Amino acid sequence: MANETKEKQKKDASKDEAAAKAASNGAVDHAPWTTQSIDIPDTSSETYEFQTYPVGAFTHDDLDLSDDEVVEMYRSMMLQRRFEERCRQMYQRQKISGFLHLYIGQEAVSTGSVSAIRLGEDTVITAYRDHGIGLAMGMDPGECMAELFGKADGCSRGKGGSMHFFDAEKRMFGGHGIVGAQIPVGVGIAFAHKYKGEENVCLTYFGDGAINQGAFHEAANLAQLYELPVVLVCENNQYGMGTSVERASAEPDLYKRASSYRMPGAIASGMDVFSVHKAIKDATEMARTGQPSLLEVRTYRYQGHSISDPAKYRAEGELDDRQSEDAIVRLQRYIVEQGIASDEDLEAIDEEVKQDVLDAIDFAENSPEPAPETIYEDIYVQDDYPFIA
Amino acid sequence: MPELQFREAIRAAMVEEMERDEDIFLMGEEVAEYNGAYKVSQGMLDQFGSERVIDTPISELGFAGLGIGAAMNGLRPIIEFMTWNFSFVAFDQVVNNAPNIRYMSGGQFKIPIVFRGPNGAAGQLAATHNNSVESLYSNFPGLKVVCPSNPDDAKGLLKTSIRDDDPVLFLESELMYGMKGEVSDADDYTLPIGTARIAREGDDVTIVAHSKSYWRAMEAAEELAKEGYDAEVIDPRTIKPLDIETIVQSVQKTNRCVVVDESNPFASFASEIAFQIQDQAFDWLDAPLVRVTAPDTPAPYAGNLMDEYMPSAKEVIQAAKRVMYVD
Repeated sequence: MANETKEKQKKDASKDEAAAKAASNGAVDHAPWTTQSIDIPDTSSETYEFQTYPVGAFTHDDLDLSDDEVVEMYRSMMLQRRFEERCRQMYQRQKISGFLHLYIGQEAVSTGSVSAIRLGEDTVITAYRDHGIGLAMGMDPGECMAELFGKADGCSRGKGGSMHFFDAEKRMFGGHGIVGAQIPVGVGIAFAHKYKGEENVCLTYFGDGAINQGAFHEAANLAQLYELPVVLVCENNQYGMGTSVERASAEPDLYKRASSYRMPGAIASGMDVFSVHKAIKDATEMARTGQPSLLEVRTYRYQGHSISDPAKYRAEGELDDRQSEDAIVRLQRYIVEQGIASDEDLEAIDEEVKQDVLDAIDFAENSPEPAPETIYEDIYVQDDYPFIA
Repeated sequence: MPELQFREAIRAAMVEEMERDEDIFLMGEEVAEYNGAYKVSQGMLDQFGSERVIDTPISELGFAGLGIGAAMNGLRPIIEFMTWNFSFVAFDQVVNNAPNIRYMSGGQFKIPIVFRGPNGAAGQLAATHNNSVESLYSNFPGLKVVCPSNPDDAKGLLKTSIRDDDPVLFLESELMYGMKGEVSDADDYTLPIGTARIAREGDDVTIVAHSKSYWRAMEAAEELAKEGYDAEVIDPRTIKPLDIETIVQSVQKTNRCVVVDESNPFASFASEIAFQIQDQAFDWLDAPLVRVTAPDTPAPYAGNLMDEYMPSAKEVIQAAKRVMYVD
């Protein structure tokens, strides 16, 4: 840097000399001082518009979703809910160790998103609260539970745990544990889509806490600069660990940050699976034409930040209020009211997914522990890497 | 064999590989329109276009992470840091994402990425612009660290690094970019990662040195020869994985060893070599191993202080004599 600075100073100096020489010769007719090449306007104001996707704004007909697809949405959300309820229990029984961040309450976000993308072609990357989106993408519940149990048949062979679900085949590029670190990576996944001439999009998820990391800012800037097919989805569940959005973000309307990068911003209710679906559909369509965007999805996590968090920072009655707006209950009522399926049908689905989760626990229980030598596997592609013994 | 500058050898490696494989792209600050802050990528924008030679904003964390994502999704990025000092604002991506994603995914993803740029002291730039990163980064499993000392090794090793399916950190040197040397013109010339080079054979003392320090070691060896001492000089070329076998074989012959490393001394590459030699060749040693490193201080600005800071041939000679018990 220093060398270049010197060079630049030299250049600037010679430019000044030339200008001075020209002026003294009278060769430059000096412009009047009233005009300036650095032109600062007297006032500056701009108006931004943001797309909104409120709760209850869309019916399944509006979204061209078939009855079967709506029922599948319900199944997907119930599977996540039942899976995680068991996770909590399995943690208490010490079958699961480490950090366990539950997604309960946020299921409309994962299901609404996955139903709106080209599953298996479009890519997804998220943070550490990753069970929900993994299951919604069709990851095998048994392999997911085995991962939580630290078993050899886990989706990441027992190397990743709760925060690091991956499924290359399903195009699930991971749960990532460092807050915000996956955002530039998501932009890079999108970069590769564009570079290869694919029409695919990368959904890059992060929380309301992560949006204050520099990684978000740098990634958003690069995404717009290079016109990458990425949707930056800020899953605002109201708390970064125990710190509320109001206490963490000077601008608590997180979607408005899109204007800093000259990209579209939008906000959707995460308590209505149809709102999320429509928002993701619109954002991915834009992304496929090279226009990235920032989508804030407002949701709520019912559990603490992790299993060890009693969540005493919530206001009194806050959780009850939120649970009364539960997205699964909402969809359940909608399905019955619309005559798509009966309460009994939905109950049967619930029983099926409960059994799926019990089967997943069985699978995890019966899976062997990873063999000790596998500690040296999956580090380098090079198979004869000379590790220090 | 043609004579190339160090920067030209690096460029030749990138150009040849990019001609061979369309999945490779070069990204970094000033790599395209400016033709490279140190002219390493001169002409590459013209040859490959702005889709494959890509300028970035000053945003190391962002574009380092972008490279990792692109690598996960099938490309083979070459990410240039204007200097490795600036990689520290991308530290999380380099040490926590690049080497760990493969492991945490149970081997489902690979990260075939090269991070490259100049490393180590580069003159009177003061402390923040003079860091040597080899000891630091080689501490992280999942990374490979390559650090050549001459244009020929630079070309052969960079081509291999670009083809490698694992993340490789390729450490160059600002002060050596203009250095000329013969470079093999063999068709598709590559050198294996993890192989040391015996640059000078000798029986009296082994001197291990890489990058700029290698040249101090060679100067010292020539001076020692005038006094009748025959030094064996080994350039490890790759920091990680380290070819300790070649070094140990040499020590078993000379029974004495000096390591020259311009990094700071604590927990340094030199320390690692010292540990491994005592571990594998304790009974062959006739003297404790001696390190010649930068002092345990930040790099200074003043010229005389900087001279004091950098390992010199004179210090290497003194160290060699110390382990040989002469003077």
